[in-house]
Amino acid sequence: MTMLQGFRIALHALRLNPLRSFLTMLGIVIGVASIVTVFAIGAGAQLRLQEQIRSIGANVLMITPGAVYQGGVRLKEGSKLTMTESDVQAILEQIPEVQAAAGSIAGTAQVIHEGKNWNTTINGTTTGHFMVRDWQLASGRYFSGTEEAGAGKVVILGSTVARELFAPGDDPIGAQIRIMKVPLEVVGVLDHKDPSQDDVAFVPLTTAKLRFLGSASNINRDSVAYIIAKVTADGQMAGARSEIESLLRQRHRILAGQEDDFKVQDPAAAMEAQQGAIRTVALLLVAIASVSLLVGGISIMNVMIVSVTERTREIGIRRALGGRMRDIRLQFLCEALVLCLLGGAIGVIGGVTLSMTVARMAGWITSIDSEAIALALAFSIATGLIFGFYPAHKASKLSPIEALKTE
Amino acid sequence: MTAPLPLISLRSVCRTYRADGVAVTAVRNVSFDIDQGEILAVMGPSGSGKSTLMNMIGLLDLPSQGAIYLEGADVAALTEDRRSSLRARSIGFVFQSYNLLARHNAIENVALPLVYCGVGRKERLERAEQSLEAVGMLHRAHHYPRQLSGGEQQRIAIARALIATPLIVLADEPTGALDSRTGAEILALFAALNEAGQTIVMITHDPSIATQCRRTIRLHDGELVSDETLAPVLPKRSFAS
Repeated sequence: MTMLQGFRIALHALRLNPLRSFLTMLGIVIGVASIVTVFAIGAGAQLRLQEQIRSIGANVLMITPGAVYQGGVRLKEGSKLTMTESDVQAILEQIPEVQAAAGSIAGTAQVIHEGKNWNTTINGTTTGHFMVRDWQLASGRYFSGTEEAGAGKVVILGSTVARELFAPGDDPIGAQIRIMKVPLEVVGVLDHKDPSQDDVAFVPLTTAKLRFLGSASNINRDSVAYIIAKVTADGQMAGARSEIESLLRQRHRILAGQEDDFKVQDPAAAMEAQQGAIRTVALLLVAIASVSLLVGGISIMNVMIVSVTERTREIGIRRALGGRMRDIRLQFLCEALVLCLLGGAIGVIGGVTLSMTVARMAGWITSIDSEAIALALAFSIATGLIFGFYPAHKASKLSPIEALKTE
Repeated sequence: MTAPLPLISLRSVCRTYRADGVAVTAVRNVSFDIDQGEILAVMGPSGSGKSTLMNMIGLLDLPSQGAIYLEGADVAALTEDRRSSLRARSIGFVFQSYNLLARHNAIENVALPLVYCGVGRKERLERAEQSLEAVGMLHRAHHYPRQLSGGEQQRIAIARALIATPLIVLADEPTGALDSRTGAEILALFAALNEAGQTIVMITHDPSIATQCRRTIRLHDGELVSDETLAPVLPKRSFAS
């Protein structure tokens, strides 16, 4: 008897009792569906993080203000802007591993173009910002030297802002937009990076200070809200980080034992750590889902044992007609396998549907990859083999004479 | 040149069971030959060892002592798998209770032994049709056993026994569950098959059936008590007792 014949006999037997067959495979259906769903949600979360990491740029360090004391009171982190443009210059000039750096100040404001307006982040920075983040232009140009030095009334739009302010066929380059009543000329539109990053409008740092954010009490002429720096190679991140730290301590005149008034962070590393956490949670959930697969396997074994008992006479007849022990074993193993495979297939469909529903209803990103589906199916085949083997073996060991005597 | 080998030879066959620690001898020192083309009745009251004997001839069981030779080969020397394959190819079983698979239709039931002979599906169904035709049941090919009368089911079972062109057909009380008229029809079918050269061994406790067979072996308490050939068509042979 061949595998194919085994499967045909199995399908025939299972079709005769559809409700029982379905209930038997239900555990596998649920197990596989939950594995596929958990995988899809976990992979989606990781994908989202990876995109965010990519959107920050590779090998980027971020320097933000730390907690500061003012008259013995420890203030909230970032409440005082401790970094300055000359810190940026110093980092660029004195730390060879840093290939680009830029200081930024940011706030939110309404941007207006003709009849449309949009609330977005206004980021005052220098062209170095785009270098650090490997952020290419979709059209137009970056700021010129004159514009950066002389508070030029120019703006570079993130793709979301460009989309919100301009009709699809409209070329934003050269158009006038207004931010807080200041007319600005659009000189560039940035490439699409990540939804979380594209909703922004960049103006020269000088322009931002002079025209928009300069009035804020905690901004003096030289200070910036944060600095981003690009390190030449991944292996130099740690070295560059400690060099920046000692340079800034020195420049900010922080004594030994005193707390830094700044923080150097590696956002990509932080996100990678988060990614690791997501992976751990996803694995845990998969492990829990696997338990239902185990329970499903046990229920298949249970039903198969009952089925072998019920069909003792059939086994006897098949043996008398020339079925070898291994033919009988194959027949029942095929039944268990078909149950598991069908259950697995239904589970995959259910899991894909469920994760797409979750994606739509909860707005999560889910990602269904063929690997997860293959893994789930492999699990169900393994379940069929493991839990089908004992009943099949039992069936094959029946004495044909005894089996023929049973009613 | 030696005489052709008997199809099946039993030599001092004993079969002892161990039931609840007590040894029960079902068949005791039985020897006889079955030749190609014979029709043979094995008679005896219930418990005389008929079924045990048939199980051994049908390769479902092995003697505790003595030997059974199928075409000269000692069946005990074969592996279990080999004996199973031989059952598929060389033995056709007909049971008192028909033993058709209830969940398969007539033609599938008839084709079943060929599954275990490694015959492809198309050829299986073709041969099953021929076999059904030979027993006059082709018009019932797609009926399920529960839709058929006892006589029809037994004909289907005979078609199944014949499909692999076996060396021998073993029928265990083939008319036991049938009324006398249908039983007579089934016996006539067996007689016709034997006319065509099919070797048949029939197990029965009904003397009227035995009289329709040329040769009758009687068992009592597991022992062979007589071996008579009624019509002297074949030359007399001597048998070890």
